[in-house]
Amino acid sequence: MIEFRDATVVVDTPDGALTVLEPTSLTLTEQRIGIIGANGSGKSTLARMINGLVEPTSGHVLVDGRDVAEDGPEVRRRVGFVFTQPDSQLVMPTVVEDIVLSLRRVEKDKKARKARALEVLDTIGLADKADVTVHALSGGQKQLLALAGVLATEPDVVVADEPTTLLDLRNTIAVADRLFSMRQQLVFVSHDLGLMDRCERVLVVDAARVVFDGDPDEAVEHYRGLVRS
Amino acid sequence: MTGLIGIYRPGTTLLHRLPAGPKLGLVALWSVVVVGTKGWRAGLICLGVALVIAAWARLDARRTLRSLRGLLIMLAIVSAFQVWQRGWEIAVSVSGDLLALFLIGLVFTTTTPVDGVLTAIERGLRPLRPLGVQPERVALAFSLMLAALPNLIGIAGETRAAAKARGLERDPRALLTPFAIRAVSHALETGDALHARGLGDG
Repeated sequence: MIEFRDATVVVDTPDGALTVLEPTSLTLTEQRIGIIGANGSGKSTLARMINGLVEPTSGHVLVDGRDVAEDGPEVRRRVGFVFTQPDSQLVMPTVVEDIVLSLRRVEKDKKARKARALEVLDTIGLADKADVTVHALSGGQKQLLALAGVLATEPDVVVADEPTTLLDLRNTIAVADRLFSMRQQLVFVSHDLGLMDRCERVLVVDAARVVFDGDPDEAVEHYRGLVRS
Repeated sequence: MTGLIGIYRPGTTLLHRLPAGPKLGLVALWSVVVVGTKGWRAGLICLGVALVIAAWARLDARRTLRSLRGLLIMLAIVSAFQVWQRGWEIAVSVSGDLLALFLIGLVFTTTTPVDGVLTAIERGLRPLRPLGVQPERVALAFSLMLAALPNLIGIAGETRAAAKARGLERDPRALLTPFAIRAVSHALETGDALHARGLGDG
C-alpha cells in the first residue's frame, strides 16, 4: 500500500520558492493506477516520491508502512522504477550484464546470478541477445530490458514514468503489455490516454495538485476538459 | 574509441576461464614489463607476444583491426614524427609498446565479463574498507566509466548532426554547449536510475 500524508514538495529557484506538489493525501491500494497530466504539472514528482527519488519537504510518503525519507534503501528494494529514457537506466556493456548488475544485491553467487539473469531475459524475449551490447538494441528492446532489470529483483511495486513516450506503436504495445501483465502493483505515468482504460484508478495532476481521482473514463474526460479550457 | 575497450565475448579458452582477479594482476604485470623494457627489439617482442595472446584468446582479426583503427592512425602520425625527430628505433619501440598494451587490454575485456571484474575489484579493495573505502562503490564507478564512453560518443554525434542541420557545424558553441548540457543531464539521469535501482544504497 502506498500512502501520501500531506506530502508537499517545494524547491528553491532563483525567483524564490516554487511549490512542485501541493499538500497531497492519497492511499493507493489498487493494482493498476494511472497518472495523467500536462508536462510540468507535477505527475513525475508524484511518481518519483514513491521510490524516494524525490523526498517530501513536508508530510510523508509511506510504502507498506515504511517512510521513504527514513527508510529509503528498504523502500527501493520494494519499489522498482522505470524511466522514460532507457539509455540512462542501462549502465552495463551487454544485455545480460545489466540484469546481473540488478541482481548483485539480492544474489551473492555469481553463477546463480547469471542463470537468473538469463531466465529473466527469456521472459522478455531477449535471451538470444544476452551477449549483445545494449547500444545495439532497438528503443523498445532497451525499454523492455530496463523493465526486466527492475523486475529481476522482484519488487512489490513498479512505478513507470512515461515508459512508452519514446516508442513506436509496436513497442508501446509490447512494453505496455509487459507492464500490465505483471503481478506487481503498477503506478503508470503516461500521456497515452488510450492505455488508461487498463487502469483501475486514474489520478489527474494539474498545476502541482491532484485535481481528479477516480474512474479512468471520467479521469480522461476531466483531463480533456482541462486541456480545452 | 569504444572499440578499444572491447566487449565480452563468451568463449572456452583458458583466458576465458581464468578468474578476473588474477587476470587483472597479470595485465598490470604485463604493463610494467612493457613499459620497463627499452629498445626497438623489446618493443617488437612485446608486440609479438601480445599478438600470440590475442590469437590464443580467439580475438576476431577483422573486429580487432576495426577496434584499433583509430589507434593505428594516431600511431602512424606519431611514428612519422618520431622517425623524423628521434629515429626509427624509437618509433618502433613506442608503437610496439602501445600496441602491445592495447591488445592485451582488449584481450582482457573480451575474455572477462564485467560482473567478474566488479567482483574482483570489490574483493581486492575489501581490505581497505577500514580506511573508509567502499569497494562496491568503486566497482560501480568502474562499470559506469565503461558505460559512459559509448553514451558520450552518441551524444557528441547527435550534437554534431544537430549543429550541422542548422548550418552551425563550424561554431564551437553550437557543438560544445549542447554537448556539455546533455552530458551533465545524462549523468544526472543515470544517477537517478542507479538510485532508483538501489545501487549505491549499500
